[in-house]
Order: sequence, then C-alpha cells, then structure tokens
Amino acid sequence: MSDGVGKRGAVRALGARVLGGLEYLGGMALLLGAAGRWAYRGAVSRKVRFGGRALAAQMVRVGVRSLPIVVLVQAFIGVILALQMSPPLKPYGQESQVAVIIGIAGFRMLGPIITAVVLSGFAGASIAAELGTMVVAEEIEAMQAMAMNPVRVLVVPRVLATLVMMVLLTVIADLMISLGGWAVSRAVLGPRVYVGYWDRMRDALVYADFVTGLILAGVFGTLISLIACHEGLKVSGGAEGVGRATTMTVVYSIVAIISAACVFTMIFFVYEI
Amino acid sequence: MPQRANIPDGQAILRVTDLVKRFDGRAVLDGVNLEVRPGETLVVMGGSGCGKSTLLRHMIGSMRPDEGRVELFGHDLAELSEDRMDLLRKRFGILFQSGALFNSMTVGDNVALPLREHTNLDDDTIDIIVRIKLELVGLRPAVDRMPAEISGGMKKRAGLARAIALDPEILFYDEPSAGLDPVTSAEIDQLMMDLSGKLGVTSVVVTHEMDSAFRIADRMVMLDRGRVLKIASRSEFEAIRDSAPSGDETTDLIRQFLRGESQGPITRRRQDTGYAEDLLEAADGER
Repeated sequence: MSDGVGKRGAVRALGARVLGGLEYLGGMALLLGAAGRWAYRGAVSRKVRFGGRALAAQMVRVGVRSLPIVVLVQAFIGVILALQMSPPLKPYGQESQVAVIIGIAGFRMLGPIITAVVLSGFAGASIAAELGTMVVAEEIEAMQAMAMNPVRVLVVPRVLATLVMMVLLTVIADLMISLGGWAVSRAVLGPRVYVGYWDRMRDALVYADFVTGLILAGVFGTLISLIACHEGLKVSGGAEGVGRATTMTVVYSIVAIISAACVFTMIFFVYEI
Repeated sequence: MPQRANIPDGQAILRVTDLVKRFDGRAVLDGVNLEVRPGETLVVMGGSGCGKSTLLRHMIGSMRPDEGRVELFGHDLAELSEDRMDLLRKRFGILFQSGALFNSMTVGDNVALPLREHTNLDDDTIDIIVRIKLELVGLRPAVDRMPAEISGGMKKRAGLARAIALDPEILFYDEPSAGLDPVTSAEIDQLMMDLSGKLGVTSVVVTHEMDSAFRIADRMVMLDRGRVLKIASRSEFEAIRDSAPSGDETTDLIRQFLRGESQGPITRRRQDTGYAEDLLEAADGER
C-alpha cells in the first residue's frame, strides 16, 4: 500500500468519524425537539396525553431503584473529600475549612456529577435495553401503526422522569456528601474540623452553589435519558444490538455528562455565578 | 355489507400506483400497481425477498415511496402530515408476524390500549369491549395472562383482538400463519374469514403459505422481484396450480410457486445467475 493511499484513507476515516458524530448529535437534537414539542402539547392540550401513570412508573423506576446506591456512594465522596483535604490545610491551621470545601465542591459539582454517573448505569442502561427490546420485538412498529407516537408514549415520560428524579436525587446527594464529611471528621479528624462544621458550611455557601448544582443535575438527567432513548430506539440486529445499545448508552452518557459539566462550569465562571 | 363513509361504491379502498422503492440503489419494489376493493380479501404472495413485506410497510404508511403513490381511503399517504396520518391509522388494524404484543402488559391491557389511547370511553366500557374482542378470537380466559406466558398462536390471536379493537375498516396481516402448526394456522385462517364475513372488514394478507392463501383469498397477487407477476381471482390461480406446465415462463413460475415444487423456472433462474462470473471474480481476488 502506498503512502498516499494510507493518508487518504486516514483522512477519509476521520471524515467519516466526524460526520458520524455530527449525525449522532443531529439525531439527539431532533429527538430533544420532538420530546419537547410533545411535552408542551401534553401540557397545554387535553387531547394529547402521555399518561401520568407512565410518568409515575418511570419516576419510581429511575429514582427509587437508584436511591440506595446514590446514598452510599455520595457518603463515601464526603468521606474521601474530608480525608484528602484535611492534611494539606493543616500546616496553615485551616483544617476547619474542610466543611467549606466539601460544601462547595459537593453542591456545585460532585453531588450532581456522581449521581449522574450512577443514574447512567442504572436508569440509562435499563431504558436503552427496554426500548431496544421493544424495537426487536416489533413493538415500536406496532405502536406507530396504532397511531401512538413512540416519542410521546415512551420518550417523554422517561426524559421527564429522569430529569425530575435526577434533581431530587442530587438534593439527597448533597446532603449525603455533607453528612459523610461530618461523620469522618467526627470520627477521625478531630474537633477543630467537626465543631462548627455545619455553621461554617452554611456561612460559606450561597444560593448559587446549590442552584447551579441543580441546574447541572437537570441537564445531566436530560442528557442521560435522551442518549438512552436514542440508543434504544435505533437498535437493529436483535439481542446483540440491545447489548451494544446499553453499553454505548453508559459510555456516551459519561462523556456527555463530563463535557456538559465542563461547558457549564466555564459559563458559570465567566458570568461569575 | 355496510358501506363506510367517503368510499363511493366500487372504488378502491387502497390503491398502489407505480410504486418504486430502492434500498442502496437496488429496486426492492419496481413499479407495483394494485388495488384493494371494499370487503374483499386480497392475498399478496411471493418468495422470500420478493418485496412483499416492503409493500405492506408502504401500505400502512411506515415507509415512504421513492416513486409512485399509495392511496388509502382516497388519501395519498406521502402527502399526509404525521397528525393526519395518525387519524388514518385509527381506521386500519395490523396483525404483525410475531403478534407484537407489548410484553410489559397483560393480554387484556394490550387490547385495551388503543381504546384508552384513542377514545374517551370509561374504564368499564373499555373492559366490556376488551372481553368482546377477546371472545371473538377465543381468548377471553387469557385476559389477565402476560404475553410471555402464552403460545405463539395465542399471541397472534391476541394481536388480532388488539388490531380489531377500534373496529377498523381494513386489516393488514403480515405472515399470519408463519411459525404455527397446521391446525392453529387453520384456526387463524377461519378467524380471518369470520372477520371479513361477519364484520365486512377488508383484508390484505401477506403470506407465502399456499394452503392458507387458497383458503382465505378472494383475489391473489403474485409478486416477484419487486414486480406484480399476476393479479387475479383465486379460481384463476387454482387453475394455474392444477394445470400441466404450459411452456410460458411466467405461468410456469407461478405454477412452481403455488405447488411448492423444487424444480422449475424459479430454481433454474437462481442457478443461472452469475455462477461462472462469481467463480472468476473469486479467483481474481486471490491473485
């Protein structure tokens, strides 16, 4: 093989990758648009329904099942933060600031982002597997033939449920991180850290710390559920395709979560929010 | 037979005109013309890959033609908005090959779903209709069973009950007897005939099961390589099946298909095409 062919091949492969990526983003944007439109129509028109029952079922499935893991993992994050931050602060006599660091890092980023990672494995993968199985079993086609739009019936309740539960779980996550940090301070780090822990955290935190975290949580929830629905609905090739969809859902979700976190942090930084 | 709204006497309920569909440049449907008359049962038959499933998907509006038109109830499907198409979808029912029941719901809920979605009936009324539809297909005792717990034949019957939930004017069947034992298959055929006889439902059936096709058809269409080879009444096809080879290529091809014989034009054609070229090409690749 000559060098020229190799280079051309590489450029072509790169081009195909870029186009594929753009196509994927386009597909996601279209799905988001369709879901938004149906959610709006469902909210304003009594003739369009997507079913409160379906929404409730999805919220239970997304939220309740992930709750124990979120509680456990986020408490560990609090423990880790406290143990890691205390030694470098000690020489300056500032160990007491552990509470402040846990509060800001937890509420702004770690609460939403770790919860989102847990949810992408729990809810995202199961949504992709469920929708993928429905595609394979001709159920989606049957649904369309029965004049039921799959975006309205399947995607809207899942996206709304994931969004809402993601925000609620993040509130719990924030609490668990703070609690984990307090518990390990109490047990290991001593009174300089744990006495006045809650007061210092409360004084240092502003509303924006809490709210930006919840905004991120909402964005993450939307991303996870959209990626999961997109992957699930485009399954082809039987059981193998379903397996691939669940894997890719988790991979793409984590990439999307961290990218979005980066972008939003930049925005918050520039506008000093 | 009751005449439904906006289909004048004698006019086709479904008309396919010069339909062309290509996948990757290869024409799967290559100028198909046919029409379905109110109340009749039209059987579309042909070998695997002849384009009959693709044709069915065009008839129900889930695929758009590359060329030509599909008109259902007088509407060109390609020109309808998604909302208008949904209105039309409520007027026809489909029985999918696997039954396509929603596996997360009971049989009863599956049948109830179109009623809950598209009508304002209260739960009690829906419950009654569900039982009537299930009784029609002989499945009332299974109302609370899950799809995973019932046999393939029962799934198809449940799928049929769901397809007729909204009292459609036309029913599409995708391979209704595929994967069923002969007795169950005959039962499904009987059901289909009952529905068209008692309810006056127009039916389009895609199948390659000849026993079943000859039982249920009023008219039959033979599809081959994306083209209509012949469209005629059942008795004409029966005549071809029961006659001696005629020497005419097309007729003999249909005859071979109807009789399910291993020797004939279809087999010859398969063997002729490009065997030598194929070998040469393979040898070329080696070099």
